[in-house]
Amino acid sequence: MAEPATGSSRAPILYLDGVNVTFDGFRALNNLSFYVEPGELRAIIGPNGAGKTTMMDVITGKTRPDSGEVVFRGSHDLTRMDEARIANLGIGRKFQKPTVFESHSVFDNLELALACDRRARATLFAKLDGEDRDRIAEVLEITRLTDHAGRVAGDLSHGQKQWLEIGMLLMQAPELLLVDEPVAGMTDAETEQTAALLHEISGKHSVVVVEHDMEFVRSLGSRVTVLHEGSVLAEGAMDKVQADERVIEVYLGR
Amino acid sequence: MRRFVTLFVVALCLVLSAVTAFAQAPAAQGPDFAALVKHLGGKSFAARLNAVRALGETGDARAVRVLEAMLGRNLYATTDGRVVIGEKKGDAYALRDAATGADAGSAPSGELSMVRTNNRLRNEINSALGTLVLMSDDPDRRRKAAVEVFKSRPKDAIPALERAVARETDAGVKQTMALALAATRLEHGADRAERLDAVRMLEGSADDETTALLRGLVSRRADGGFSEADEVVRAAAQKALTVIESRREMWDFAGKLFQGVSLGSVLLLAAIGLAITFGVMGVINMAHGEMVMLGAYTTFVIQEIFRAYAPDAFDASIVVAIPAAFCVAGAFGIAIERGIIRFLYGRPLETLLATWGLSLILQQLVRTVFGPTNREVGNPSWMTGAIELPGGVLLTHNRLWIILFSLAVLGMLALVLKRTQFGLQMRAVTQNRRMAGAMGIPTGRVDAMTFGLGSGIAGVGGVALSQIDNVSPNLGQTYIVNSFMVVVFGGVGNLLGTLVGATTLGVVNKFLESWSGAVMAKILVLVAVILFIQKRPTGLFALKGRAVEQ
Amino acid sequence: MSAFPGTQGTGPMSGFLMRDKGGMVLLAILAVAAVAVPLSNLLLPPGSPFHVPGYMVSLVGKYLCFALLALSVDLIWGFCGILSLGHGAFFALGGYAMGMHLMRQIGDRSVYGNAGLPDFMVFLNWKELPWYWHGFDSFTFAMLMVIAVPGALAFVFGWLTFRSRVTGVYLSIISQAMTYALMLAFFRNDMGFGGNNGLTDFKELLGYDLQAPATRAGLFVATCVALAAGYVLCRFITSSKLGRILIGIRDAESRVRFLGYRPEYYKLFLFTVSACLAGVAGALYVPQVGIINPGEFAPAASIEIVIWVAIGGRGSLYGAVLGAILVNYGKSYFTGAMPDAWLFVLGGLFVAVTLFLPRGIVGTLPAFPFAAWRRRERLKLAPGQAAGGGTDG
Repeated sequence: MAEPATGSSRAPILYLDGVNVTFDGFRALNNLSFYVEPGELRAIIGPNGAGKTTMMDVITGKTRPDSGEVVFRGSHDLTRMDEARIANLGIGRKFQKPTVFESHSVFDNLELALACDRRARATLFAKLDGEDRDRIAEVLEITRLTDHAGRVAGDLSHGQKQWLEIGMLLMQAPELLLVDEPVAGMTDAETEQTAALLHEISGKHSVVVVEHDMEFVRSLGSRVTVLHEGSVLAEGAMDKVQADERVIEVYLGR
Repeated sequence: MRRFVTLFVVALCLVLSAVTAFAQAPAAQGPDFAALVKHLGGKSFAARLNAVRALGETGDARAVRVLEAMLGRNLYATTDGRVVIGEKKGDAYALRDAATGADAGSAPSGELSMVRTNNRLRNEINSALGTLVLMSDDPDRRRKAAVEVFKSRPKDAIPALERAVARETDAGVKQTMALALAATRLEHGADRAERLDAVRMLEGSADDETTALLRGLVSRRADGGFSEADEVVRAAAQKALTVIESRREMWDFAGKLFQGVSLGSVLLLAAIGLAITFGVMGVINMAHGEMVMLGAYTTFVIQEIFRAYAPDAFDASIVVAIPAAFCVAGAFGIAIERGIIRFLYGRPLETLLATWGLSLILQQLVRTVFGPTNREVGNPSWMTGAIELPGGVLLTHNRLWIILFSLAVLGMLALVLKRTQFGLQMRAVTQNRRMAGAMGIPTGRVDAMTFGLGSGIAGVGGVALSQIDNVSPNLGQTYIVNSFMVVVFGGVGNLLGTLVGATTLGVVNKFLESWSGAVMAKILVLVAVILFIQKRPTGLFALKGRAVEQ
Repeated sequence: MSAFPGTQGTGPMSGFLMRDKGGMVLLAILAVAAVAVPLSNLLLPPGSPFHVPGYMVSLVGKYLCFALLALSVDLIWGFCGILSLGHGAFFALGGYAMGMHLMRQIGDRSVYGNAGLPDFMVFLNWKELPWYWHGFDSFTFAMLMVIAVPGALAFVFGWLTFRSRVTGVYLSIISQAMTYALMLAFFRNDMGFGGNNGLTDFKELLGYDLQAPATRAGLFVATCVALAAGYVLCRFITSSKLGRILIGIRDAESRVRFLGYRPEYYKLFLFTVSACLAGVAGALYVPQVGIINPGEFAPAASIEIVIWVAIGGRGSLYGAVLGAILVNYGKSYFTGAMPDAWLFVLGGLFVAVTLFLPRGIVGTLPAFPFAAWRRRERLKLAPGQAAGGGTDG
């Protein structure tokens, strides 16, 4: 169970309450409850099969929970919406495996992510205006991809693809970013830069990061939620969580 | 048309040989049998008529031979007053004594005069034969005779039938005879009670003849009056008719169910290999139908070999063809996997196109080697024939065998997958190729073997299909769309799903057929499956969870 | 204002054609053919070396119809990864709509001389025209149906299919089942489309005798125009932002979805447009070959279209046109010279192209100047990156 947040009077931007998901008898999420506050940077850790990705799937509408509530900005029931609707509400998601449009240029990738009318008819005659270009240039700068704008995304390095995907999330101007393993396969330098990037982003946006890399999570310096067997095992600052008996048991075995 | 004629001739020969066999069986010696035969040679038409009638009533088996000869215009009266059966040998005739069957030398045609018949006499002969056959030693012959009597219901058959029923030992035949007797009594009986008994008796039957007979009783004549004058009998007939019709509906249902299951088993055989290649490996093999076709052609070749070298063992040809077809199709499968498909893993649409190209090549290859027309594949004798259920429902042996066979193949496959080392490796490779490779499983070989197994099973399916379908280069094409439907409908990667999918599609198809016609039923089933896939894109028995997402 | 090199969609609207050099070549060839072929056929004497014989006009016209059909398949397969194995159905429906109009134009010149009923209906002892044949007397109505019927079928099929996220191979299989079901249906006599024999023995179109050289030349020009217009339409769609979203759907559908687009509607739009194009191709095909029968619905015919596109170069619009013409020329040649060999050749093409030529002629042959240029650009930027253009759907 998530303990009530202290020192904050603002309503949570996202809360999950009693969420259950079952796959063929396997409980992927077991009465999961937790919430994220506006502008918060939250790290989620947990061993394999703890339900991290399933939780992301539930929030973004990919998986429908068997029961439980998923509410965004206090009034939007996410369990009744499809992915596109949820994305347009302001939730962006980065996948575990970097997923960008490999045959488009970096610029085009960002352009497609740009917040705009998502209907087919509008896109047939859509054109970029100066403001849009400035916005793209800004995100290219943030993600350190300005020099690569014309390159085909498929040709980028693994780390650059991760950044491009984060950049695409930023183009969507979401209120909440879900970031699944952003530093997998990155060099140390890239990892550091990514941590800085996420810090930069949080504040303006709420960010939920799922990660295996403990050093990275520590460097984020944020609140940490530990998932185990589909529910929250512990929550709090990294030091406190790492000292938790049960967490140690889960990670090290008995 | 030609096929029908051939069939008819074959049937006729069978009946005749049975008659001859029966005619030679010893029978109780009637004192006046020889005399009656002698009367047949008489000049007077009335005398011949009486003799035929009397012969019929003797119940003597030897009379059949004589009467058949008379019908076949082979019965002659010699100038010296004997009655003989003659067979033309060159200019002269070889003779046998009609009464005893003993050799009676030969005679030129000039010394013989044929015992002539006319329509009335022929009717009498047929009726007499019917009566005689009721006493035959062969239960099947007796049953057929009873059925014949049921159809014609001659009044004078009543005494013969009564005698036959009394001495009948076979329960089934007895029942048929009793029904025939009831029908005849119903038609000719004078006494109301007797006729009501007959109606009650008939109530137990369900065949077309009974229904037609009873319908006749309750229908009106052209002048508006009932064709049956007796109101009580009519009411009883009406009641019996209702009972019979509900029973017929039940049998009809059972019949359709059988046909549906039979079609399902055919679909299962065609689709079961796909459940491996498509279901387990995820390879879209559009040449799958051609693997089935290769199996069918293997059967053809094996049968040709048997015909040429061991015609006596022809019945065993199918048993030999099964492993042969498995090897042939399996070898082709392995070659295809090694030569083409392994370069295309992870690119399902390309695989689809390449294998489609292969299917064209294989079809044309077979067309070049074996010619474009249908090849004759025979049924072994243990697969011919049928079990007839009441209400005219036929369960043909070959269909029954194929149902059993398809289940056996499915069972064997499940065993291979679940219980063998190879099955374990196969499942390991499909679940996590890299991990399996790291554990020392030769993934490339397992792929090839798996594809070979799927193809081989398709070939085995081809052996079965060759028994009920035309063996032509297009054989595979007729099954490919349907087998994909079965696999997709049942749920990919699930043998139970394939079984349920095939049976469901088969049964639904057959029940729709009686309502909408054959082609329309096929169309409706296709449309239904297309709509079903929209509702459940992963099929009836779908895997859920992370494993299937990618 | 920042300008980025090598990005699409930033130029003026009309630029979508200017930047497409291969397309410009194609359009130029079509323009020349549309003028030169009919003129040479009608004006030059048969003995002249530059005379194009009448049968050749119809034959090339047929190839161009197939090219339009290939274009429609390339539009969905090359740019959105939807491999339809049932596109022949849309082609055939367009063809049947045209065929029905042509049947009504026969009037009382039919064998049975019944002006109110086509011959096959008289033969089946039908007394009146079925309701769905009404209106086909009118050319305008028939042309509307040529587009509307395939479009409507594609819309319904796509609506059901894309919304329930049936993709990839499953979609291919059920689209094949769709055309198979239609084939079975059109083989039935009581459907009222001539059953086995289909519709044939056409006499005239818009009052012009279909056998007359001038009519054939006119149909040829119409086909050239339709192909050019189809090309421009496809090019416009694929070079718009919508086109880039389609490619995004092809390469990473879930990404598109999580960006807030609804891929199903994009696919639906494209699939419907593609079906309409196929319908137009069918409508132009029927008067030039003089017959339409249920064989056009055969699954094999639909798969053949795919190989035209694959050979020409999937994802390249002019590649599809090139592939359709090449393969069909090859088919004409082989079925004439070595009829038994054709299926070996066709089957071999399927295998060889998927194994050795996954990007088709246009994507592979360095001799083709624009493709080579594009490839060099790619290689310069990305050493070691193979067919990133998404060879997989």
